[in-house]
Amino acid sequence: MGFLDKLKSGLSRTRKNIVERVETVLLNRTIDDAAIDDIEEILITSDIGAEATAEITGFLRTKVSSGEIHTSRDVNNALRAKMVSLLGTHQPLVIFGEPPFVILVVGVNGVGKTTTIGKLASRFISEGSSVLIAAGDTFRAAAIEQLEIWSERTGADIIKHQSGSDPASVAFDAVEAARARGIDVVIIDTAGRLHTKSPLMDELKKINRVIKKAMPDAPQEILLVVDATTGQNALRQAHIFNEAVGITGIALTKLDGTAKGGIIFAIKKDIGIPVRLIGVGEGVDDLKDFNPAEFAAALFE
Amino acid sequence: MFESLSEKLDAIFNKLKSRGLLKEEDVDIALKEIRLALLEADVNFKVVKDFIQYVRERAIGKDVLDSLSPGQQVIKIVHESLCELLGTTNSRIQLAPNPPTIVMMIGLQGSGKTTTAAKLARFFKKEGRRPMLVAADLQRPAAIDQLVTLGKQIDVPVYAAKETKDPVAVSEDAVKKAKLEGRDIVILDTAGRLHINEELMNELTRIKGTVHPQEILLVADAMTGQDAVNMAKSFSEKVGIDGIILTKMDGDARGGAALSIRSVTGKPIKFIGAGEKIDMLEAFFPDRIASRILGMGDVLTLIEQAQQSFDQKEAEKLQKKIMEESFTFEDLKDQLKKLRSMGPLENLLGMIPGMNKAMKDVKVDEKEFVKIEAIINSMTPEERRNHNLMNGSRRKRIAMGSGTTTADVNRLVKQYLEMKKMMKMFKGKKGFRLPKGMSF
Repeated sequence: MGFLDKLKSGLSRTRKNIVERVETVLLNRTIDDAAIDDIEEILITSDIGAEATAEITGFLRTKVSSGEIHTSRDVNNALRAKMVSLLGTHQPLVIFGEPPFVILVVGVNGVGKTTTIGKLASRFISEGSSVLIAAGDTFRAAAIEQLEIWSERTGADIIKHQSGSDPASVAFDAVEAARARGIDVVIIDTAGRLHTKSPLMDELKKINRVIKKAMPDAPQEILLVVDATTGQNALRQAHIFNEAVGITGIALTKLDGTAKGGIIFAIKKDIGIPVRLIGVGEGVDDLKDFNPAEFAAALFE
Repeated sequence: MFESLSEKLDAIFNKLKSRGLLKEEDVDIALKEIRLALLEADVNFKVVKDFIQYVRERAIGKDVLDSLSPGQQVIKIVHESLCELLGTTNSRIQLAPNPPTIVMMIGLQGSGKTTTAAKLARFFKKEGRRPMLVAADLQRPAAIDQLVTLGKQIDVPVYAAKETKDPVAVSEDAVKKAKLEGRDIVILDTAGRLHINEELMNELTRIKGTVHPQEILLVADAMTGQDAVNMAKSFSEKVGIDGIILTKMDGDARGGAALSIRSVTGKPIKFIGAGEKIDMLEAFFPDRIASRILGMGDVLTLIEQAQQSFDQKEAEKLQKKIMEESFTFEDLKDQLKKLRSMGPLENLLGMIPGMNKAMKDVKVDEKEFVKIEAIINSMTPEERRNHNLMNGSRRKRIAMGSGTTTADVNRLVKQYLEMKKMMKMFKGKKGFRLPKGMSF
């Protein structure tokens, strides 16, 4: 299966839900305000959020009143153009600078951080980079064991301490070890934390600070993992994690379900953080580069 | 952006109030805001649509003349309707007539099944039952280890068969073992799965058909968005569920998914998970979630927590003391201790309506309480009962004894005197009564 096909099949549900429903809505109907109200419904049920939805429908209304939109095809084209522009330009995760390239992976509980790290490690290794993963989730029972299994599967080095130890020191040791061993990429796992718990957010700030002690330019990437099933709260998560450590990219997971992942529009619009990666399946290779143009194309083809 | 609904509605209802009557147009304006708020709270679009229609009919038909204010009337109808939809009873786990009772946890990946399974086991253990946990999640790496570790923490046995690849067989063997060992509750932790994965959904049906669980509980993340309906519908239709546990309620998600899931499945929400610690499984109260979805503050939780911490008898004793003007430093110390036992003060303040915004950036210094307690502890019993005894040298001694400064001691005495003055004012007021359960 080619990349685009894989993406399309992963997104087919999103596609079905947005495009086909728009088409159904607009079938045999003049394009009027009521039709746009129905588009609003479709957008909202995709978790796109009230604000981004208002922007999209406002745009469509202008086009309707100016007489630029007549057919359902026009609407689909306008909708697609608008959504692509909301998602912004292509900004994949790229390794740069003096190695090691340190990626700190953060997010709330249960979004798929550890799994994303496993997939990411596998991907870098297949591209010929050496990878070290750091078991920085010292809180959840068996989180370290879970990462160890990924280390065995992918052949990535692993730095771990005991359960309950200081995650900042795990991160520090990992960066030091990577420098000593000449490793290209360090991926640091962290415990899932709700953004509302300030002591845990302080812990995250500390991890970030301590990494900089080992390597001033690191972490070069701070990746927030967001579950596509999450509703408007994902925006809160992005805001608060961004305030705490400065998020540089987002990995959107669990797009293989029926959740439409529309929240990325709101996140991009509100905070401007690019989505780097999307998880479209359970397989090791199911972590894909997020490409706004292809994402939108897959939605509207 | 995150302006709460109560603020928005306040503004609208103030307008309504000034007009005196609740007219159809007014209701529609208010309902437009409520609709938006519900959508922002992640309540499913269709559920919102039905709900708004329902409230509209009730609100417009209602005689508003005898209500306190039109605004309050609408809020009341919205809140009542929400509670009604969320279910009115606080359900419990149905026990099997012949033990063991088998409880099966199902849900999407990352919804919190394993943690919740352990919390539930602890809940039963505290009730004096003999639970057993079963590691039937053979998919996620180290899921078995996670359950084993959690089992150790709460001293509940965990059935795990690492060599077996079939969760149906694991579940079956586990139930056999539970019967042999006289376990009365068996909690099956199944693997997280997508509701559209037919193969894995069939696996759940097979487990169900083999062990015949008494309760199948759907574990759902409170942060779930619009997709909550699809997920809940699939699990409900394909496997069948008896109840719902809503997790991660300790975050700031408004929990609109609760309403969506409840509407789609018609099954009760039995518990909520409110923290990572293993004892943080709470009963579900529809009225509280309704307030939360509406962004109105969790007043009832606050009141209940207060009631737990403040013994009614003691409250009466305190009231008497206030009436007799015999409130001493010893009483003050007791009250502070109780206040603190209600949990972190920041949480308590957040539950008070209107405080959410005001308290957003305020951090309550819990250390201040420690200081006050230390100062009171350094007083002699006589000094605690009679503040007049505390002259300069005594205050100096108290400061040294409590590791504070004389200025701190002076401030506390001054605050105490002001408090007494206020109590005297209360006493003077005719008909003054302490709010039930709340005495500080």
